[in-house]
Amino acid sequence: MLSRTADHLYWMARFAERAENLARLLDVSYQMSMVPQSLAAQNENWRAILALNSLEGAFAEVYDTANVENVLRFMVSDASNPSSILSCVRAARENAHAVRGAMTAEMWESVNATWIELRQQDFEQILARGVSEFFDWVKLRSAVIRGVTFGTMLRDDALHFIRLGGLIERADNTARILDMQYHILRNGDEGASDFYRWGALLRSLSAFQVYRKVYRDAITPGRVAELLILRRDLPRSLHACSDGIVRMLQLIANNGSAETQRQAGVLHAGLHFARIEDVFASGLHEYLTDFMDRIYVLGDGISQDFLVPA
Amino acid sequence: MNADFYDEMYDAAGTLRPHYRVFAEWLAAMPPERRLRKQAEADTAFHRVGITFAVYGEKAGTERLIPFDIIPRIIPAAEWTMLEAGLRQRVKALNAFLHDIYHDQEILSAGRIPPEQVLNNTQFRREMVGVDVPSGIYAHIAGVDLVRAGAGESYVLEDNLRVPSGVSYLLEDRKMMMRLFPELFSRHQVAPVQHYPDMLLENLRTVAPKGVVDPTVVVLTPGTYNSAYFEHSFLAQQMGVELVEGRDLFVKDETVFMRTTQGPQRVDVIYRRLDDDFLDPLAFNKESMLGVPGLLAAYRAGQVTLANAIGAGVADDKSIYPYVPEMIRFYLGEEPTLHNVPTWMLRKPDDLKYVLAHLPELVVKEVHGAGGYGMLVGPASSKAEIEDFRARIVAAPEKYIAQPTLALSTCPTFVESGIAPRHLDLRPFVLSGKSISMLPGGLTRVALREGSLVVNSSQGGGTKDTWVLEN
Repeated sequence: MLSRTADHLYWMARFAERAENLARLLDVSYQMSMVPQSLAAQNENWRAILALNSLEGAFAEVYDTANVENVLRFMVSDASNPSSILSCVRAARENAHAVRGAMTAEMWESVNATWIELRQQDFEQILARGVSEFFDWVKLRSAVIRGVTFGTMLRDDALHFIRLGGLIERADNTARILDMQYHILRNGDEGASDFYRWGALLRSLSAFQVYRKVYRDAITPGRVAELLILRRDLPRSLHACSDGIVRMLQLIANNGSAETQRQAGVLHAGLHFARIEDVFASGLHEYLTDFMDRIYVLGDGISQDFLVPA
Repeated sequence: MNADFYDEMYDAAGTLRPHYRVFAEWLAAMPPERRLRKQAEADTAFHRVGITFAVYGEKAGTERLIPFDIIPRIIPAAEWTMLEAGLRQRVKALNAFLHDIYHDQEILSAGRIPPEQVLNNTQFRREMVGVDVPSGIYAHIAGVDLVRAGAGESYVLEDNLRVPSGVSYLLEDRKMMMRLFPELFSRHQVAPVQHYPDMLLENLRTVAPKGVVDPTVVVLTPGTYNSAYFEHSFLAQQMGVELVEGRDLFVKDETVFMRTTQGPQRVDVIYRRLDDDFLDPLAFNKESMLGVPGLLAAYRAGQVTLANAIGAGVADDKSIYPYVPEMIRFYLGEEPTLHNVPTWMLRKPDDLKYVLAHLPELVVKEVHGAGGYGMLVGPASSKAEIEDFRARIVAAPEKYIAQPTLALSTCPTFVESGIAPRHLDLRPFVLSGKSISMLPGGLTRVALREGSLVVNSSQGGGTKDTWVLEN
């Protein structure tokens, strides 16, 4: 297929996935902010969200304090913030618009309708309705788009590039969410509230019930990390994402993509054979940082091999 | 009813025309709430599907809906048969003219058209002289604007032979009508139009370069910010071919390739929706970021087909328009079936003198203008606007033509105050390749402002579904 078409489809999927994961991340932070804690600790959480996306500078230009309302406003509906949910949905829609002919009519309509509905809500309305309801709406719309994609698209390269974009983005985002929350949790005051925080983290990745089902035991940090990193059967885990990435790369392979496939294979093998004890031994933060770097390099390789050939 | 104009639905005495009888009964029986609900349903659907067009001169990326009116324009079978014959004749002659002026120029030698009118025309592309194109076809897709005036006779207002647009609205209007009011289609034998993309693809495949067995066709668009982007994308999707931008293509060894995820792939036929000037920065506008360097060379070498051909614009130029009836006589030895609108060419001193003395009654158009921009509608203009235009004409009379203000026919249309007659035109699409094919009917555009004669969507025009009845 046309490289530019593949590029737009890939980025449409990345931005749609990013919007969903941002909603998940903000939702978990919002849930956690309801657990009793000092105001300082609370604001620390919200600052961490900005740091996660390297947005402290851009935020400081517009707002003075990193409190719940300001950060939510900035990350949800601030058009000047390229990483806000609004901006991500718009970018997804613009990419889809550029290649609407390459997708089914239902798909384009579901992306376009999401943008139209989002554009019509201002932040005050979102607050009034409850932010969690809004985050649920974002997740639902993302699920609708994904469902329509799978339910209507021909199993050809267009679908493979959409899948690949979604997987690359999800791998990065899960690693980010885990890294940030783990950092906060390890540095927070120990206590009963930890249960709620770990619970919220699992819920944000739709993994709470899964955890119960898999471990039938109390929530411990080591198992949470194991579930989100190494479990092959959890759809948002790093292992599951890398599985999918390798499979998609096999399907779209061309004469110049061997190196990118090799890197994906190495990454996948690492996850496949790793033990959580080893991950912790080298340091979880270091492990996740290295993972995100590798995903970045993979994204670069995909771009050069398929999307923006010289 | 306004008796000054021919109305498509009612005759001068206010009696319903027979081909509207069934529809009028249906309309009269529809409660107003249902009508409003259906209209709202149409608007929502058009928005969601994203059938919008970008408006030039407004904020970049502004997208607007083209208003859709639910009262169709109905054409009886016999009338369409006559129009269709006239359109075939006209497009055949226009293609013959284009082939002639880029080869032997017999019509010029014969003195039927003043040579300088053609040879000095900016749309005449010297690069095309002596170049043979497949089947000798230049205008593969022609949009011929027809109006009905006076007592009901049809005139050709203009020929669009470069990148005529609007066919996607025609198709979407029909889809919308069938979705909103399916019962209407069981009560009428409406000729179907949904096969247009197949006709178009077949037509494009028949003009592939010699020796290509299974040609790869693409649609070339200037990009998402073009006002007709929806249509480019729609047609590519409906035909199942790639929608490309200039940067997706490159030329190597006088052959055109597109960049794909599996490496370069050869392209044989380009349905381009980009003006000549932007096609190839090496040959035309050097600033063009939209084109493909080397495309002209590949084209001249016969390695790729462009539809429409480079240089087709010389035949739809408003200064050439007055000679089309002459072309029909010269190339086909026939009398034209469709009338031209009488036209004054302001480069002629006598015509100029007459027009300057009658500006308030006339329509004046820029020879190279399009889209309803840069024209004067005398009766609808203020004194100041007329004087302003007069100065522009005097400064460069050769840039203008003038025509009488036609009493364009009207059709009842839903407007804010209820149902009122509004002026309309018709743009049928004529496809030429190994043979000529066309859709029954065309795109009906309607001027929604009271009294307005300008139907262009950029000037607040809307559209109607167009029905050619099959019996």
